[in-house]
This record gives sequence, C-alpha cells and structure tokens, in this order.
Amino acid sequence: MSCLQTLSEYGLRSLGHGPRLLPRGDITLCDQIVLIGSGMIWNIYFAVLALTLGFFLATALALAKNSKNRLLRAPATGFIFVFRGSPLFIQFFLAYEAFVLLPRAGIEIDLLFVQITAETRWLTRAAAGALIVLFLNTSAYSAEIFYGALRSVPRGDLEAADAYGMSGFSRFRKIVWPTMMRLAWPSYTNEAIFLFHATTLVFFSGFPAWQQKGDALYYARYFADQTFNPFIPYPIAGAYFILFTLILIMIFGKINNHLNRHLAREQRIKMKLSTRFYRRNAVPSLR
Amino acid sequence: MCYLTTVKHSMFYWSFGIVLALLALTAPAALLLGFLGAMAKRSQVAVVRWIGSIYTSMVRGIPDIIFFMFVPIALGQGIEYVRHKIKCPDVTEPIRQGNDFVVCAAAKFPLGSADQWVHQTYGFALATVAFAFVFGAFVANTIDGAMRAVPANQLETGHAYGMTRRQVFWRILVPQMWSYALPGLSNLWQILIKATPLLFLLGVQDVVYWARELGGSKTSRYEYPHGDWRLWYFMVLLVFYLLMTWGSEKVFRRLSTRFARGQATQAGQQHLEAKA
Repeated sequence: MSCLQTLSEYGLRSLGHGPRLLPRGDITLCDQIVLIGSGMIWNIYFAVLALTLGFFLATALALAKNSKNRLLRAPATGFIFVFRGSPLFIQFFLAYEAFVLLPRAGIEIDLLFVQITAETRWLTRAAAGALIVLFLNTSAYSAEIFYGALRSVPRGDLEAADAYGMSGFSRFRKIVWPTMMRLAWPSYTNEAIFLFHATTLVFFSGFPAWQQKGDALYYARYFADQTFNPFIPYPIAGAYFILFTLILIMIFGKINNHLNRHLAREQRIKMKLSTRFYRRNAVPSLR
Repeated sequence: MCYLTTVKHSMFYWSFGIVLALLALTAPAALLLGFLGAMAKRSQVAVVRWIGSIYTSMVRGIPDIIFFMFVPIALGQGIEYVRHKIKCPDVTEPIRQGNDFVVCAAAKFPLGSADQWVHQTYGFALATVAFAFVFGAFVANTIDGAMRAVPANQLETGHAYGMTRRQVFWRILVPQMWSYALPGLSNLWQILIKATPLLFLLGVQDVVYWARELGGSKTSRYEYPHGDWRLWYFMVLLVFYLLMTWGSEKVFRRLSTRFARGQATQAGQQHLEAKA
C-alpha cells in the first residue's frame, strides 16, 4: 500500500472517516506519521477553541478580580484559585464524572409555555466536555496573567486618560486594554503553548476515545503498544508538536509586534524564547 | 463510617504517601539535573553547550506527557537490552523481531519470578526518573535565567580580584543566583505537585487509580455497597491538591523574604529598612 493511499484512507481517521480498524501487524512508518498527524486535528481543535473562548472570559475575570466590588472580586478570585491550584488531570476526571451523573434523558426545563429538554449526553463526549474544562482552565490561568498586567498599567496613562475626560468603557477600551495586552502578551504566549500541550491529556483522563477517534498522543501510544517500540511513534508526535508550537509562537510574535508598534524600538517588549521562562512577573503555566 | 476504614481504603490513604514520596524524590533529583543543565549551557565546550541547550529547550516544544510516556518504556527497554547483551551473549537472534521486543529470560528486569512489590517499586522508580528528567529541564531553564540575572559587574569584580572562573562561579554567581531563581522554582514546585496525578498514566497505583477503583459502584471482582461515588472521591483529591498548592505557596513566600536578605534588590532593601 503506497503512502498516498494511506494518507487518503487514514488522513481523517481521527474524525471517524476511513477504515474502522486501525493498522495492526505490519505497521509502516507511513501509517504512524499519517495517523498521528490525523490525531493532531483534535489537539488543534481543542487549543484553538479553548484559547479563543478563554480569552474573553479571562479578560472579564481579570477585571472582576481587580474590581472594588466584593461581589465581583470574590467569585473571580475563587474561580482562579480553584482552577490554577488543582491539577488539570483531576479536573478532567471530576468533570467527566459530573457529566456522567447528569440524567441520561436530559434535563427538562419548564418555561411557562414551552418545555425544553436539555440534552446532556453530548457533554460526556470529549469534543464538548473536555473543551469546557480546557476553556475554564485556560481562562483561569490567562486571567491571572491579565490581572497582573492590569495592575501594572502605568499610572501616568490613566491620569492622561482622565485629563482627556475619558471614563468608563472608552477609557478601558482605548487606554487600559491595549497596554494590558501588551504587557501580558509574552506570558500569555507561554500560556497558549502550555495549553496546546495540555490538550494531550484529554484522551487519557476519563473521556473515552469513542471508536478509537483520538488525538496525536492517543495514536502514538497505540503504536507504541502495538509495535512495542517507543522510539518511533513518540518522536513523531514530538516533532508534530514542535512544528505547531513554532507556528503558534510565530503567530503570537506577529501579534506582539502589532501591540508594540507605537513604541520606540528600544522600548518594545521582545519575545525571546529562552529567557522568557524567568521573569519575575511571568507565570509558567504548565499544568 | 466503618466503611471508610476497610483494607482497600487504607491502600487509598497509602497512595497519598506515594504522591509525597514522589515529590520528595523528584524535587532534589530535578534540582540537581537542572543545575547540571544550566552549568552545561554555560560550558566552554561547544558540544556540552549544545546538549544543555537541547535539554532545556525541548520541554518548550514537546508536551511533558509525551516524555512521561516515552522515558519509562525507553529506559526499561534500554536496561533489558544491556542485560541481554551481558547475560546472554550467545543468543544471536535480533532483539527486535517484527513487533516484538525479545530478550532472554535471564535478562528480564525485574525477573518474571520476582514478587509483585518488586514490579511495583520498579514501575515507581521509572516514573520518578521520568519526572526528574522533565522537571530537571524546567529547573535548568529557571536557573539559567537566574544566572543571567546576577549583575555582570559583580562577576567582573571577581575576575578583577584575580579569582579563577571556577571561583567566580561558586563563590559569587551561585550564592546570589538563588534569590533570583526562587520565584521560578516556587512555581515549578507547584507545577510538580500538580503533575503528580499523571503517575496514573504510568501504571502506578496512585490516588487517581484508587479513587476510580473505590468510587465505582463495582469492579470486576467486587460490588461496593454504594452507587457511583467517583465524583466525591475526585472531589477529595481536588481539595487535597488545593491544600497542597496553597500551603506550599505560603512556605515559599516566607523563604523568599529569607533569601532576600543582603541582596542588592528591592526586597533586600526593604529588609534593611525594616531592621533599621
């Protein structure tokens, strides 16, 4: 079987297209590269959606944590504490068990005239359930980063905004928010990288890979178990992750340049890979 | 109430000890590996420097979970491979036959006849190595950053006084670096705590394993006198981890004020002013 044929057969196997049986017995290098690559679709799906949705919740949480109102501050602080203080792995298990316990038939909601049946089954599927956990988790980590950046917006900027008569939402949108993003961006890039890496946990933590539709690491482990040779599948998975991590860094670097474009060259925040790990305000957000 | 004191449950409680043991073993090993890694990055020998750079940067591109899965199997096969070469030199067949990894019976490690606990301890040891390897790389990143943060003119002063490279490293750089490294190390400690449930993936009977076993309403052999309690068992684990991270954060805050003493930083300055 040629490699192109393998690609057309197994390329979308992780989404359920293609043969039901995974290759076994004679497993070629091509099989491994194609299937593990097919699994990457899930990793990218989780990372992109969780980060995009999480960005908005994180901004809201950071503002709430910075609020003077206790009713806003306390829940936000608690939420961030719980999700940052406990392992993502346990959160996955906990969420899965909670989703399983929801009534199978769905919850019936009476809305005076109409009756809505909220389907709950889909929550036990990784595509939705795990996404919710990842979304909440990254929101908490990002919120802490944004909160730190929010606290270090220069006072002069705020005074200038006051002097121009800006207040409320326009002050936030035009002055506070851009600076907050600019300060938070290097740490947020870190967070994005580690969230992307954390997506590999999904199919090992309660959420079943239904019909063997799994992510890159799920297939890598399948091959390692089948061939009893870990030296091929895991490096392949590693190479895929390095590739997509570099792409992610490139995209975030472009955004960073955009955020810093108004500053003189020496004032710009530069993103450098190696030293970014140590920063007094940077929080390595591996889970 | 008596139900929570069965023999099975005592194993659940013991598994918290496994988590603590892993932390106690991994932390110093990772510190040592990290220190070596950071030293390698500053080496004058180009090859050593490259090794240091690869070691520290690979954890940024590859998910840690891949290492956790790869290292124990690779290490286990490596050990058996070496034992096979030593113990059965007259076996000429290749070790990798198709999809099998065949070593002679004497080279199996631990031996097939070994007790259950030997196998479990061996599994745990391999897991510890995997954790130390990954976290060593993170520590190396942090320590490397901290070494760069020590003011360069202090090192130059050392050289000007006629100290050798080695003396400058050990007497000036290393003692000062800790204060810069501490915030990063404290973060890593928290991350290490949060990584311990991954032991479950490596087949160690840890807290997650027992929470699943005991919480389920039945296993293959027994039927427990309750419904599906897994949610509550995981709730207990969640609280356990929250307490661990919360407690260690307090300890580290204390340590960092302690380390700031006599440092030319803002925190050190505050320390002086508080005394005066």
